[in-house]
Amino acid sequence: MSETVANNGHKKLQEVQMVGIVKRFPGVLANDHVDFDVHAGEIHALLGENGAGKSTLMRQLYGLYRPDEGKILINGQERLFYSPEDAIEAGIGMIHQHFMLVPSLTVTENVALGLKSTRLFALDLDKVERRIVDLSEQYGLKIDPKAYIWQLAVGEQQRVEIVKALYRGADLLILDEPTAVLTPQEVEDLFKTLHQMAQVGHTLIFISHKLYEVLSISSRITVLRDGRVVGSRPTEGATRASLAQMMVGRPIIQQYDRPAVVAGEMCLDIQDIYTKSDRGGDALKGVSLSVHAGEILGLAGVSGNGQRELAECLGGLRPVRQGKVILNGKDVTRASPRERIAAGQSYIPEERMREGAIKEFSVADNFVLEDHGKSPYARGIFLNLNAIRSQARSVIDAYNVKTPSLDTPLKNLSGGNIQKLILARELSRHPKVLVASQPTRGVDIGATEYIHLRLLEQRQTGTATLLISEDLDEIRALSDRIAVIYEGKIMGIVYNSETTLEQLGLMMAGVTEK
Amino acid sequence: MDRPANHRVLNRFFEKPGFKRLANQTIEALLPLASVPLALIIGAFMLLALNVNPLTAYGALINGVFGSTFGLTQTLVDATPLLLVGLGVVIAFRGGVLNIGGEGQITVGALAASAAALTLNQWPAYALIPTCLIAGALAGAVWGGIPGFLKARLGVNEILSTIMMNSIAQQFSLYLLTGPMLDPSEKAAGTSIAQSALLPKASWLPTLVPQTLLNAGTILAVVLAIFVYVFMWRTTIGYRIRAVGLNPDASRYAGINVRLYQMLALTLGGLFAGIAGAVQVMGVQRRMMDGLSGGYGFTGIVVALFGQLHPLGAIPASILFGGLLVGSDQMQRTTQVPSAIVDVLLGMIVLFVVSSVIWSRYRARRRQTHV
Repeated sequence: MSETVANNGHKKLQEVQMVGIVKRFPGVLANDHVDFDVHAGEIHALLGENGAGKSTLMRQLYGLYRPDEGKILINGQERLFYSPEDAIEAGIGMIHQHFMLVPSLTVTENVALGLKSTRLFALDLDKVERRIVDLSEQYGLKIDPKAYIWQLAVGEQQRVEIVKALYRGADLLILDEPTAVLTPQEVEDLFKTLHQMAQVGHTLIFISHKLYEVLSISSRITVLRDGRVVGSRPTEGATRASLAQMMVGRPIIQQYDRPAVVAGEMCLDIQDIYTKSDRGGDALKGVSLSVHAGEILGLAGVSGNGQRELAECLGGLRPVRQGKVILNGKDVTRASPRERIAAGQSYIPEERMREGAIKEFSVADNFVLEDHGKSPYARGIFLNLNAIRSQARSVIDAYNVKTPSLDTPLKNLSGGNIQKLILARELSRHPKVLVASQPTRGVDIGATEYIHLRLLEQRQTGTATLLISEDLDEIRALSDRIAVIYEGKIMGIVYNSETTLEQLGLMMAGVTEK
Repeated sequence: MDRPANHRVLNRFFEKPGFKRLANQTIEALLPLASVPLALIIGAFMLLALNVNPLTAYGALINGVFGSTFGLTQTLVDATPLLLVGLGVVIAFRGGVLNIGGEGQITVGALAASAAALTLNQWPAYALIPTCLIAGALAGAVWGGIPGFLKARLGVNEILSTIMMNSIAQQFSLYLLTGPMLDPSEKAAGTSIAQSALLPKASWLPTLVPQTLLNAGTILAVVLAIFVYVFMWRTTIGYRIRAVGLNPDASRYAGINVRLYQMLALTLGGLFAGIAGAVQVMGVQRRMMDGLSGGYGFTGIVVALFGQLHPLGAIPASILFGGLLVGSDQMQRTTQVPSAIVDVLLGMIVLFVVSSVIWSRYRARRRQTHV
């Protein structure tokens, strides 16, 4: 293929080769002589569990890290990246899992952030805005340049990130777990965009652990495990089972055994509750649900239909304007978080790092976040460090949370292990009621399987679980009954065994049978 | 987000107790000390511009600290209020509240201690000293507690409220010292310098080294530093203060009363500054004077930050700054440089040290990982 000069004058990126990459961190060999190559027009998926080394590998390509050994070749020429600036100059852009956008600024301002203005002391944002409009037409990415980031839905924010990268002349885009926060519809839109980009000659690297997405979007797949490349192959002909086995090194459970449990008494009774949303109006308009001992009630729905507000009401962080919540016979409608914990509820929050844990605290400290004031973890006002450590140690072993020590700051652990710790913390209290909000979001396949098994185990022992999840597969795999929420109302509650995907999809879109 | 230290680790490291981490932090804290000489070099050029021989000046600085028993002890004397204020700052900042009210809290602490001493002047030392210290602590606690309450109840920004409380304290002190608390002997002599009567001997903190100002207050400060360490890392209350400071959302979810602990953090911040005031008035000045707080309320913040916001780290940090204060005093006397130059020098040292910390963290980040 002949060289094409891109808009800002650099040679178009046709091919990237990473040869013999080694990257070490204290105590860990994150990349062990990894070879990786990708060509223009490819959508190349990088598959692997958390800690497999895929993010680490891509961060070296983007200039965030430097390889300890090995080299990176762009169009056949060896390049050294000292910072993302160098990578961007070579035509590489990266879209991170956690967006790097400033919520209080507009789309245009965010795209312009960090770039030099063409005028001396003044901004030239109209120029930026015009180019954004051009790019969004060129690639079919619907964006309003004047909108503020905080006004945008997650899928729209991701589009801003993509435009940011394209604006800086990215030929190669690295997307890190891009679908972790998207609704099914937004995922479809994203995939359309990616296909379009690949067709006009962009190169795309897609980091993921979601097998079915990888199979549907990619043209080539490379699987990493424990820092090494396990295999690299064209997508055509690959199966979920074979890929899963490559990722984990053992066969993965495809479907869970859900033995029938006789549902017991009603443990959580949500009666016709209303609550205000952050932007005026009601987020919940008369929601009624009941969860019984020994059952999992799955709450399905597209993101943004009131699930977050419902979880916050149940957690005691959002006031219920009208209606009642009865927990194990106690009226907890106005109860504080502490009172709900005391009444036998455990809560796994949606945003684990913001709401569920303190990332600078150690693993042991996080383990006792809710119970640090109670015996045996404390005697009077003095913490019983021995008791805390020994309990934390046994629970961490039981739940297979991988951490170098009990004193490791939580932020050093992988997302999956953090979630397992939070799960371990909440379940070790043997709650009568468990509210789990997006429990496996952003968590790798091994940890997800583990969490699902523990949730089913809790169900066996009689816990009443409300599972709020945007992952329909997860809902269908675990729930006994499924409720669908749409615009703050419950569209319907059905038995899992008696409902089809189509029926659920219709309810999620707001269509009732009437 | 890949984190390096997870399932690839085959061996489990030893559980590191909290003070091994402190040892690592101490090394990190000593590195910035190396930038102190650099600041002094720049300062040398400034001194030359003022026709002062920098060698003489710095010689005087070092001599001031190390050249005599008085210099050495005075370093500790000046370090004491810095350490005490610093301890309060450690608690407050770790609780996520920015206590800038040290000056006012020192002042009211000193006022309360001297008022108690002057009123209860018949009491024996073993009763009077603790009483005065407690009075100072309580006054400081109230002075920190009011902004704390305003923040908890009304969301008032504590930076603004604590600074305003400084002004109120200063003026109130001036009023008392030129009025009801004015030294009777001053009144008789007709000079009306703003100071109180000499405090009864029973309230004086015992001097440790004769012919110096080094007093038992220094020992008290060190003991309190250890106490703060235990409090913050070994009690439920300290745990909650730290949690609230790091992540109020998660703390709320976990059932911690965030506002209460923020208020408590500010109150404790004031309490320690109040003790600083009491110690100054009972151990050093032995009478209440205008301006007793002497900038310790602000310098104490720098000391706490230098000590990595750790109570045991504040000890060497306070000694460093105590030494700089003593040395610069001597430097000023010897070379007659204007006192402002001393402030410039101290300011530059702070600037250089903070820059070196940021620089070394930037270097480490380039080599290794991002958070």
